[in-house]
Amino acid sequence: MSLHPPPLNRRAFLKLSTAASGGLLLGFRWLSAGTTSAASVNFKPNAFLSIAPSGQVTLLSQNPEVGQGIKTAFPMIIGEELDVAWQDVKIEPAPLDTNQYERQVTAGSGAVRSSYSILREAGASARALLVSAAAKEWGVKPATCTTANSTVTHPPTGRTLSYGQLANSASKLPLPASVELKDSSKFTLLGTRVGGTDVPKIVTGEQRYGIDTKKPGMLYGAIVNPPLHGQKLGNVDDTAALKVAGVVKVVSWPDKVAVLATNTYAAFKGQEALKITWQDPKVRESSDRLSQAFADAIANGTGETRRKVGDVERALGQADRVIEATYDVPFLPHAPMEPINMYADVKADSAHLLGPMQTPANGRRIASRILGIPEENITVEITRIGGGFGRRLKIDFVQDAVQASRLAGAPVNIVWKREEDMISGNFRPAGLYHYRAGIDAQGRLTAWHLNSASITSRGAVVPNNFPNGAIPHFQVDTHHIRSEVSTGAWRSPNHNVCALLDESFLEEVGHALGKEPLAFRLELLRQVESAPFGKVDYEPTRLRGVLEAAAEMADWGNPPAGRSHGIAAHYSHHSYVGQVAEVSVTDGNITVHKVYCAVDCGQVINLSSAENQCEGGIVDGIGAAWFGDMPIVEGASANTNFHTYRLIRMSEAPEVVTRFLQTDSPPTGLGEPALPPASAAVANAVFAATGVRIRKLPFIQNDLSA
Amino acid sequence: MAQFSLNINGKARTVEADPTMPLLWVLRDLLDLTGTKYSCGMGQCGTCTVHLNGAPIRSCMFPISGASNQSITTIEGLSENGDHPLQLAWKEVDVPQCGYCQPGQLMTAAALLKSNPHPSPEEIDANMTGNICRCGTYQRIRTAIQLAAKQGAEK
Repeated sequence: MSLHPPPLNRRAFLKLSTAASGGLLLGFRWLSAGTTSAASVNFKPNAFLSIAPSGQVTLLSQNPEVGQGIKTAFPMIIGEELDVAWQDVKIEPAPLDTNQYERQVTAGSGAVRSSYSILREAGASARALLVSAAAKEWGVKPATCTTANSTVTHPPTGRTLSYGQLANSASKLPLPASVELKDSSKFTLLGTRVGGTDVPKIVTGEQRYGIDTKKPGMLYGAIVNPPLHGQKLGNVDDTAALKVAGVVKVVSWPDKVAVLATNTYAAFKGQEALKITWQDPKVRESSDRLSQAFADAIANGTGETRRKVGDVERALGQADRVIEATYDVPFLPHAPMEPINMYADVKADSAHLLGPMQTPANGRRIASRILGIPEENITVEITRIGGGFGRRLKIDFVQDAVQASRLAGAPVNIVWKREEDMISGNFRPAGLYHYRAGIDAQGRLTAWHLNSASITSRGAVVPNNFPNGAIPHFQVDTHHIRSEVSTGAWRSPNHNVCALLDESFLEEVGHALGKEPLAFRLELLRQVESAPFGKVDYEPTRLRGVLEAAAEMADWGNPPAGRSHGIAAHYSHHSYVGQVAEVSVTDGNITVHKVYCAVDCGQVINLSSAENQCEGGIVDGIGAAWFGDMPIVEGASANTNFHTYRLIRMSEAPEVVTRFLQTDSPPTGLGEPALPPASAAVANAVFAATGVRIRKLPFIQNDLSA
Repeated sequence: MAQFSLNINGKARTVEADPTMPLLWVLRDLLDLTGTKYSCGMGQCGTCTVHLNGAPIRSCMFPISGASNQSITTIEGLSENGDHPLQLAWKEVDVPQCGYCQPGQLMTAAALLKSNPHPSPEEIDANMTGNICRCGTYQRIRTAIQLAAKQGAEK
């Protein structure tokens, strides 16, 4: 099976011209799903690679940087094919233009995956043009010329011309009918370690984030959200708030209040001085009510079936043994370190939006709708983002800034106090997951049924992943329970929970069968490789590859004295990750010493950034499962700040050892895939250490001292 | 409102502010020193860490009235040219992801190395545990502090 993208028709994707200021300008279309057929000779470029007469190479890029390293990755891909030092490729954030730039969204670990081929193609084509221009000037064959460090050289005569010197003449040549991309074995840049381009500014405090925005005439705005889920705004008494020195105005719109002031502190003080009445929803939501509703739904039937292979009920009925377990998953806030903020400057017939958005196009659309101003009159700028994790895919805070600026008649930078985001953020949905497995008289796993309930419309499940394909009768069901609590994507949506649950229950089954955890998985994967049951959309051989590699790295089965191993693997965002956690449990307290991480994500672009994403994803995944909880009590989020909402700390973070498997596959996602299996590997290691199977999240609520 | 004379990064500054205003907001909103970040506002995450007379404090909890005529160092003043051993190590190890918490991490680490130039891994963990990194760059922070300590020793 090959997942390589289809070959490109170059003429359909590249357009060459001379830049207005001189030099070569190569326009191209970002390749993303569904757009290949739309390409034609008359296509409109939506991205540009330019080489100026000064030699400056510039790429206009559209994905916001949230810490996933694309500001380094894109220049590296271009630099590799163009034979330019990556540091010399300047990357400029493209202003939002949904007609011109596709995929201006930071989500789904897809920035590199959707851009790799076309960036290489653009770099190689520009290089070919520059070589042709030099060869023409010298009257030699292009094939006798070489390129390195932004320079074309004719080795037989020793003549050289820089890319800058050639940029004008190259821009007047016809695009080559075909160019050869470098063989991956010849890469000198891709797969090496490169430091993030913004790091020098980050370590001096010079780097600006959305929250640091300051403009002439700007007011600082504190936002008040309903304190209980589902409440509506009643009456606002702002008498005391307006008396706070520095408070300029208090404005409100349905279910929100903003205090606008000359500084953030005054805005926060004003917020505390407000007297607001809120109207309760019919029922005050609670985690207890939801747990009962989940359990009732699961007990009463199958809900919506998301995957069905064979006949699960029949197979369970005929089984020699049925193994059952129920797993309990809480809500989880995103808690990015940079609090929610957004700048808007609304004028009579135009508006400017500036801030940390993961979906700027949606932000502009909602602004247009609120203001009745056409989208083309609304300009949007994206700032560096101080952590997203899915929270900034939502546009509630864009609405806040637009409303506040509109009502105040002034540019406003709104900021939510930490507590506001904890109280009324968009949480990872809570859920209940009931698993059953059927074992036949010969000790074979014949049936697997997951019946789940959550508050998202089609359930928080990953129905097509392993062990799907290995079991003849396989079914995944979901129930949708309505709630006032708003939920959203949380880093590696659904996968962040399902990897843990699937890989935990799989081990429960393996344990009941007396199978060794790694051997059991490999046995099931061999079944998928040789004769899969139903359609399988992951590659079992690659999943096996990362399991075997992680096991080898960890010396699986031989943990250091006093420690235990746990293993897990998971496929997400087209990448495969296998992990072994090395854990000890003392007096009921978990210590995660080390995590070995084997990754098959195709071609690695920037090794440093790739390793960083794995290290961070593992820490995040383990921390969230270990400590993360957001109970809803009497309609309120019970944890309001980091004193009760526990994030993993340095002393609890494991050492991570990462290995990337050598592969010819194109690059696939890496911002998320290392996260899901990490908590599963730890939970499985905890079981190995204690014999206690964790079925309730977070880990810390389980008694492991027995 | 009252007037306060401050010494920030070696420079004398005067601000007019509510005496209860935390130093964090004085730095960010009144003096445009935005390298010091807001995150929790209750001294739980370390993101707003600055030095007061060389010792780390949480500027989100520290009223401006307590900072008069004392020496304050922010991330902008950690070094003249971004070449404090920790800043160099942070770059070499390529620590940040989103980067938002890193000024606070650096200020806490700088105070640690000042009082303990060769901390053990356990001492690093114990000292840094008040600083949250939501991206999970802890391993790299640990490595960078060790690298800076080692390079400091070689000088």
